[in-house]
Amino acid sequence: MRVHDGKTVKVLSITIIVFMILVTLLPLALMVLNSFKTRIQISTNPLALPESLSFENYMDAWVQGSIARAARNSITLVVGTLLITLLISCMAAYGLARKAVFGWKTISVYFLVCNTIPKQLFIIPLFFILQKAGFVNNLFAMMVIYAAVYSPFAIFLLKTYFEAIDQDIMNSAMIDGASNMQIFWKIVLPLVQPGLLTASLIVGLWCWNEFLFAVTFLQTENVTTLAVEFYSFTSRYTTEWGNMMAYAVMVTLPVIVFFIFLQRRFIDGMTAGGVKG
Amino acid sequence: MKKKNLSGFVFVLPALLINVIIILVPAVATVYFSFTEWNGLGTPKFNGIDNFISLFHNESLFVAIKNNIKWTIFFLIVPIAIALFIAVILLFRKRGRTALQSIFFIPNIISPVVICAIFSSMILHPRSGILGWINNLGILSEKLVNPLTQQATSIWACMAVDCWHWWGFLAVVFLAAMRQVDDSLIEAAEIDGAGFFRKFISVIIPSIRSNILFMMLMTIIWSFLSFDYIWILTGGGPGNSSEMLSTLSYRYSFYTHDIGLGSATALIMSFLAGIVIVFYVRMQVKEGKS
Repeated sequence: MRVHDGKTVKVLSITIIVFMILVTLLPLALMVLNSFKTRIQISTNPLALPESLSFENYMDAWVQGSIARAARNSITLVVGTLLITLLISCMAAYGLARKAVFGWKTISVYFLVCNTIPKQLFIIPLFFILQKAGFVNNLFAMMVIYAAVYSPFAIFLLKTYFEAIDQDIMNSAMIDGASNMQIFWKIVLPLVQPGLLTASLIVGLWCWNEFLFAVTFLQTENVTTLAVEFYSFTSRYTTEWGNMMAYAVMVTLPVIVFFIFLQRRFIDGMTAGGVKG
Repeated sequence: MKKKNLSGFVFVLPALLINVIIILVPAVATVYFSFTEWNGLGTPKFNGIDNFISLFHNESLFVAIKNNIKWTIFFLIVPIAIALFIAVILLFRKRGRTALQSIFFIPNIISPVVICAIFSSMILHPRSGILGWINNLGILSEKLVNPLTQQATSIWACMAVDCWHWWGFLAVVFLAAMRQVDDSLIEAAEIDGAGFFRKFISVIIPSIRSNILFMMLMTIIWSFLSFDYIWILTGGGPGNSSEMLSTLSYRYSFYTHDIGLGSATALIMSFLAGIVIVFYVRMQVKEGKS
């Protein structure tokens, strides 16, 4: 699109954009800068550049914040959740896309509602049910909960990929005597792979960052995730700002790395649905 | 035909089963608990609508409802306005658009616990934050106070932090919609001598009206789901000044161990959200048909 606007508009636009870049990046810059500084340096001037690139804060946070153990729990949780979520969502999306399911409309509406209701509506009894069954502080139970909560999103995302599959190929495969399962694994799955990658990135991101369920259901230290462990670190060491920011960097870095390489998938996946309507 | 239907159902069954066990069954149990008195131990005692009566005699509920309304109105206006404005600038100025979208989107992928820690200790903190640094400069006649610790401002400070992470998402959504606006419409307006604001207000906004309305609908729904930022930044305080329905329900259930009150609060909140969710579901179903 050509720009026919005057110079004032141009200058103003650039100024506003630069301002918004600063607003967006300043908090993140503060996190990184101060992760290399001591408490005194931070309280003197949080905006100053670090005097040296000392990783002392990182080592302190690593030990005091049990980062190794928490990271292992987070990774286990993400991987397990993805396996369960993708399996059940793929199957459901496949079924719903073919509209060959009894009551598919009701089921779709049910999933839509699940996607939007407040978590508080079910988290209270869920906690007591899990407690009674001995599943509080259990990573596997947490995976199943995340799978239940995030699968509606994955189902609707994957459904569009399944709907794009040529019905003729499936029909001819069926005529050739292929079973439902064979069609699913041999024809359908390869075609929806891009959707699977997007769904994994986003559900994985949500699991990694999730707070409410994790802080409610994972309380003993052998199961706490990075988000929960970081939260308790910030309330235990309220004035260890340098260590806190070093911890924050370590929680955030893996996410940023993934984002740098796969920006488009993150953005398109997370905003899917927003452009419709 | 029936055989095919049932074999198709097998595919949906696992997802449905897990959802029903984790979401629907407990949701129904919440309805039951909201009519009982229970502290989490022993057996729940049925007490009719006592919980609702005591909630409506409780100041906290009204503070929470008021804050929910403030929250919704703020998010209907501020982030949407910022996002529309930035999106239209990016629409007219192509240079660096992709990179800028990614930058503005970054806050959306960072954990709320991290964002809250940065804001409360590096920005709003009177000793370690930017706020304290400004105070130390001594250029202001009056010292700035941490807005998170003031009853009058705590909820607004939570909104501001949430908004910081949120508006970029909307900007990306709106820009995608704006790019679908017919170029000839914009060019026609330019021939008529329309400047930046004229084009923005009279051409772009009306063209993406349905997208804006949809995001407003989602904003109302999402505002009921807001929990993390308030819980982490203020815990609903100081006093109950930043309490929302979500934090109130959580506090009753897991801190004061009044499961009945917590469930009743959750039910009220879900009922209010449910009214809007009905519109959302109807929109989505209609769209699926066309």
